[in-house]
Amino acid sequence: MIAAIRKFVVQLDEIRLEMGRAVEPPTRRAVAMAVIANPFAGRYSEDLAELTAIGEELGGLLAAKCVAALGIQPHEAQSYGKAAIVGEAGELEHAAAILHPKMGVSLRRAVLKGAALVPSAKKLGGLGTAIDVPLGHKDAAFVRSHFDAIEARVSDAPRAAEIVVAVAVTASGRPLARVGGLRMDEIKGEDGLR
Amino acid sequence: MIQIRRLFIHVEDIVHDFGPPGPKPLRRGAAAAVIQNPFAGRFEPNIAPLMDMLKPLGLELAQRLVAALGVGAAGIQGYGKAAIVGADGELEHGALWHVPGGYAMRETLGWKEDGRVAAGAGSPSSAVPGNALAIVPSTKKVGPPGAAIDVPLTHINASYVRDHFDAIEVRVPGAPAAGELVFILAMSAGPRVHARLGGLRSSQIERWDGQR
Repeated sequence: MIAAIRKFVVQLDEIRLEMGRAVEPPTRRAVAMAVIANPFAGRYSEDLAELTAIGEELGGLLAAKCVAALGIQPHEAQSYGKAAIVGEAGELEHAAAILHPKMGVSLRRAVLKGAALVPSAKKLGGLGTAIDVPLGHKDAAFVRSHFDAIEARVSDAPRAAEIVVAVAVTASGRPLARVGGLRMDEIKGEDGLR
Repeated sequence: MIQIRRLFIHVEDIVHDFGPPGPKPLRRGAAAAVIQNPFAGRFEPNIAPLMDMLKPLGLELAQRLVAALGVGAAGIQGYGKAAIVGADGELEHGALWHVPGGYAMRETLGWKEDGRVAAGAGSPSSAVPGNALAIVPSTKKVGPPGAAIDVPLTHINASYVRDHFDAIEVRVPGAPAAGELVFILAMSAGPRVHARLGGLRSSQIERWDGQR
């Protein structure tokens, strides 16, 4: 393990009824979070490769935790997203180093395929700061029923020298989605868009 | 019949709390159900019948949580429960959860009403026989959507086991709406990660009376 991990949190959110109507099948969304030590807390480093390696490690690990919590096979995942909250002794660029260069490679391997961009969010924060992890369909970013977000938050993190890293994976779109646009059964899933 | 509108499951592994990591991380978790509050917006004198109707919900939450924790019923060492009442309800609606939540969880962990498991099943060598003798600690509040509640945790067989005094924060983003209730069960698979304050240990339970 490259990352110095203090804690994992995995949450599963299942919606069966919305506005009194049955959601069939229920929407199922998962988010997995890791609380890690920030190796660059309190100092400027030009080279952030260590965080990039941590991102590569955590992308697959956290996505696999989501898939397990959902109780699905990797290829049954429908949408995904990622986010990081950097404690106050770090900088926003530390989140970027985790999320952008290499995390997607291992994350996509854990959900089989993943032609689409992995939507992301980042911020600085303190203990219990919440971040809304954006969600988009894993193979076709324009699938409108899957534009969504799921809140990630760890009550006692990030400490100043920590980072909360979150990956979200779902087995569904929004409950009772009905605003048109590209449907999941229409996608080709090759260019990542449609 | 009580329909669950939304089910929320939270599992965490605590590797350390800035001290030396133990042999394995502490696993804890909670399961929450969001339901419509049938008494929202009015004073209903006769609410007690809902307790019976909540039994299946209690069992489903307890079973889902045990499954999500992945340590088996016999691996559960601490427990607690809580309720969050939406703004159109009253605190007393949260109290409806005491009986169906508590007993569903204890029965899932091996407690038997006739005492078959309780009598003499526990021994220091099997400190966690899964008989769930202790009262389930609880808390409740009226709160807005996304309200957090600290669910107290104590040892399942003896409330005075000091290493297992703990709490886990639980919140369901977006719930409860004004006319909703959030009912929560929580469990842990071990003591606090750096517990070192002495007192009664789980290996020292002797009376098997739910307290010591």
